[in-house]
Amino acid sequence: MEYIAGEYDVAVIGAGHAGCEAALAAARMGCKTILFSINLDSVANMPCNPSVGGTGKGHLVREIDALGGEMGKVIDKTFIQSRMLNTGKGPAVFSLRAQADRRSYQAEMKRTLEQQDNLDIKQAEITDILAENGRVKGVKTHIGALYNARAVVVTTGTYLRGRIIIGDVSYEGGPDGLFPAQHLSDSLKSLGIELMRFKTGTPARINGRTVDFSRMEEQPGDDMIVPFSFETGELKKAQASCWLTYTNEETHRIIRENLHRSPLYGGMIEGIGPRYCPSIEDKVVRFADKERHQVFIEPMGLNTEEMYVQGMSTSLPEDVQIKMYRTIPGLENVKIMRTAYAIEYDCINPLQLAPSLEFKSISGLFFAGQVNGTSGYEEAAAQGIVAGINSVQYIKEREYLVLGRAEAYIGVLIDDLVTKGTNEPYRMMTSRAEYRLLLRQDNADLRLTEKGYKAGLISPDRYQSFLAKKKNIEHEISRLENTVLPPSDRVNGILQREGTAIIKTGIKLADLLKRPEIRYRTLLEMEARENVLTRSEAEQVEIQLKYEGYIKKQQHQALQVLKLENRRIPENIDFEDIRGISLEARQKLARVRPASVGQASRISGVSPADISVLMVYLEQFKKSPN
Amino acid sequence: MFYDTIAAISTPPGQGGIGIVRISGRESFEVVRKIFKPVKPYNIDEVKTQTLKYGHIINPVSKEIIDEVLVSYFREPYTYTRENITEINCHGGALVLKGILELVVQQGARIAEPGEFTKRAFLNGRLDLSQAEAVIEMINSKTNAERKVSLNQLEGKLSEKIGGLRNLLVECIADIEAGIDFPEYDIEEVSREKISERIDTCLNQVKGLLKTFFEGRIIKEGITVAIVGKPNVGKSSLLNALAQKEKAIITEVPGTTRDIIEEYIVIGGVAVRVLDTAGLRQTEDRIEKIGIDRTKAAIERADLILLVLDGSEEIEEEDREIFKLVKERKAIVVINKSDLDIRLDIGKVREVFAEKEIIEISAREETGLDKIERKIKDMFIKNELEYDNLTVITNVRHKRILEEAEEELEEVVKTINSGLPVDMLSSAITQAADKLGEITGETVGEEVLHTIFSKFCIGK
Repeated sequence: MEYIAGEYDVAVIGAGHAGCEAALAAARMGCKTILFSINLDSVANMPCNPSVGGTGKGHLVREIDALGGEMGKVIDKTFIQSRMLNTGKGPAVFSLRAQADRRSYQAEMKRTLEQQDNLDIKQAEITDILAENGRVKGVKTHIGALYNARAVVVTTGTYLRGRIIIGDVSYEGGPDGLFPAQHLSDSLKSLGIELMRFKTGTPARINGRTVDFSRMEEQPGDDMIVPFSFETGELKKAQASCWLTYTNEETHRIIRENLHRSPLYGGMIEGIGPRYCPSIEDKVVRFADKERHQVFIEPMGLNTEEMYVQGMSTSLPEDVQIKMYRTIPGLENVKIMRTAYAIEYDCINPLQLAPSLEFKSISGLFFAGQVNGTSGYEEAAAQGIVAGINSVQYIKEREYLVLGRAEAYIGVLIDDLVTKGTNEPYRMMTSRAEYRLLLRQDNADLRLTEKGYKAGLISPDRYQSFLAKKKNIEHEISRLENTVLPPSDRVNGILQREGTAIIKTGIKLADLLKRPEIRYRTLLEMEARENVLTRSEAEQVEIQLKYEGYIKKQQHQALQVLKLENRRIPENIDFEDIRGISLEARQKLARVRPASVGQASRISGVSPADISVLMVYLEQFKKSPN
Repeated sequence: MFYDTIAAISTPPGQGGIGIVRISGRESFEVVRKIFKPVKPYNIDEVKTQTLKYGHIINPVSKEIIDEVLVSYFREPYTYTRENITEINCHGGALVLKGILELVVQQGARIAEPGEFTKRAFLNGRLDLSQAEAVIEMINSKTNAERKVSLNQLEGKLSEKIGGLRNLLVECIADIEAGIDFPEYDIEEVSREKISERIDTCLNQVKGLLKTFFEGRIIKEGITVAIVGKPNVGKSSLLNALAQKEKAIITEVPGTTRDIIEEYIVIGGVAVRVLDTAGLRQTEDRIEKIGIDRTKAAIERADLILLVLDGSEEIEEEDREIFKLVKERKAIVVINKSDLDIRLDIGKVREVFAEKEIIEISAREETGLDKIERKIKDMFIKNELEYDNLTVITNVRHKRILEEAEEELEEVVKTINSGLPVDMLSSAITQAADKLGEITGETVGEEVLHTIFSKFCIGK
């Protein structure tokens, strides 16, 4: 029997990485919030690799943190190995990646949720989203409890009509042995939401006691640990190792001989899988001449022997899995604890969302995470915090938080989704950001703390220390730009030691820093000056000055494009009516309904000529809106 | 607003064999129907595209026959503007053409702005930006060779070439990016040498294209040749002989040509703009002095100087003064009046102009002129230009963008050599690729749009 179970401002459906951020943001911004999960033991679960960060993804985590999100803090408390990737490739692509103790991570996040004021957590499957007159009203659980809510955030991940596929076996199921959400898809469809079917997969988990690590290459963590959160102080702890091994000809032979039993090649899977995350059978088929593929063995936590086998995701039958895993050096006697599987699920076509992540046809209904066609915990969390913030902005009738492509990877992520859509699970990569030199992981706080503070997610204390940091950086940069270092034997001695040309006349410290061989600390040494900056302040000074020319260039370009971004397109415009635009472009524009000329220009199939016609039309529209 | 019906006389002004009035837009068939009386009546709705009808243009009010014409019909969307187009082919002559255009306007068409047909073709998505520019150049082109270059550009040869270069850069970027975004995997790191090689290729091609701007400009604008010499040596006769037209006034009185007279001639398919200057002579005459100043200015401006000497007279002081002006310039020494007795000491001339070509002619008898033409061709059109295969740039916007791309590519080379990390390198290559994309309109920047708007006078 149906009954009214509660009145809320915001209801969040799903307590994965997106849901947790959304619920915390809404509650912290003062809204009465409820978070639903099919199983409360699976809050913030990592059903695939037990790690957070990586290229592009590490950037996202730092941005979430700068906005006042939780992911960075939780992983800082629970990681068991930390590495900065790409350190030889330049500051813009430095990427932080940490192995998580999966269970600790979940427990830490769950406790954070539990201790949050304004937030209720509830185990229930949501079967219906209720809407009336184009506005969302609330949600209903599988046992008929009605929760009224002024805003709803859907963060259902891969649960919607989830189907697990292992070889020729398939059954209805969610990730990691959990139940799927069978009913919500129908409710979404009845609200006029177009669904797509995506697929992803995960490798087996094995018992570490059955692995011979002596046959593998050890991959330890970094000596110097850089935390994810700008609020976490210096970190020191013992770290666990990952292990590298390789497939071989024998592995490939077994895969090839059993390809006919693969559901992917047998046509059983209809969903679209990600190109960047291929199954091992995919790799063997598509890169047939490659003699070996990498396999990483990653610990799932400190209190378990279970390990994750990165690189060996597969949907081949279990018996084939066992055979092929055992061909790999170090895994000859391996025992599989959890079988690898592929999962198919419903997600929505993100083109139906506005840049605020609100569904365009129903006010107050927001979507975030894998349900929007993305992949990855970090991508999910990034959308989660934005959807959470915007659900509150909606209720309080304030301006939505929309981040620009030159402001944040989060901006790139959401703009890509709502403008270009996606035909495979979308993963963040640094190359998706055209202003990559501006969107570094080291300056995420400088880019976004202000916004987090305005939203009410950054404490006054944190904000004050952020302002102090900013000031210290600015002062030091200006000092280096205005200080001339005169030549001396001592100075030239240091320059020679660093393998760079000696100076004969005075030179500005800022110019000296532009030499690849010279670090900020070298400058201080030459000046015989004591360092008064923190490590991250010194890092800012160094990067901002060293790469100044390149950074300024991108800033200039971003400014040019901003003019197009600022050209708003009225909501009542009828794109079908603009005759000069090609038919294809007209249809695409009508579908995406871009908010600005900038957004319109990024829609695939809309040519520069179409954009110039659109701009002329807008001019005329302005003069006579009829 | 755009889709009203426009009309224009689309043949060049002046007396021609035939003239064309072109009408484009939704009402273009209807407009013509009201003033055209075909010999064999037909239903306009059934007329197939690209058909020609014979009949007369008649003033619908006075019933007066204006001209005997052929009307061609082109149905959208497969027309130049992607709109319905009609063309009235009539007997040339300004009065007839104007009369017909007036009638067309009375029936509801509007007189097109310059370039408006092309603007519509562009706005309706038929041409990309570089193609639209090429059409405008084709309309303004002066010679056959130039028209062919325009045609190449129109068919996207330049776009194709630029696209190829851009792809090369995009490949470099992709190579670098793969390593950046998938650092854990054993992707072979692309070496700086390999990137460097491809950047060099690209840079060289961009430089090559830029070099063609000189020849491109010659093809498009022609070269400027100044004919100089003291009075009465036959400068104007030479010009006339070359142009085979009576334009300059030729007299026996020294100093008659006081202004600069221009004439276009075509040598080897290239437009040559010949400036006939006032005779250079020390003078107290004020008017003639102005002429001489202009001559000096013309020498400055010219790509080539034809120094004319009178073969029937000895070298005078005045000649020597002129020698000084010409000596450091690209010049051909022309000894005229070879039909008369030679009194000029050619050996001495050769001493002064050791490096320069000396050609004897008779302007009056039109002998030796072909030698001048051949020499001009040798000097400016190094290789016989194969216009059919050649991609040259003639457009200033393209030149500017290519120069900027060249700078960006040099920046890339610098980045490679400086040992800066690959994220900077990738960013530098992206800048260069985006720059090239501006030619084909592949990058939308405010500047590109601004250029479009100013060139096509839209969005007022």
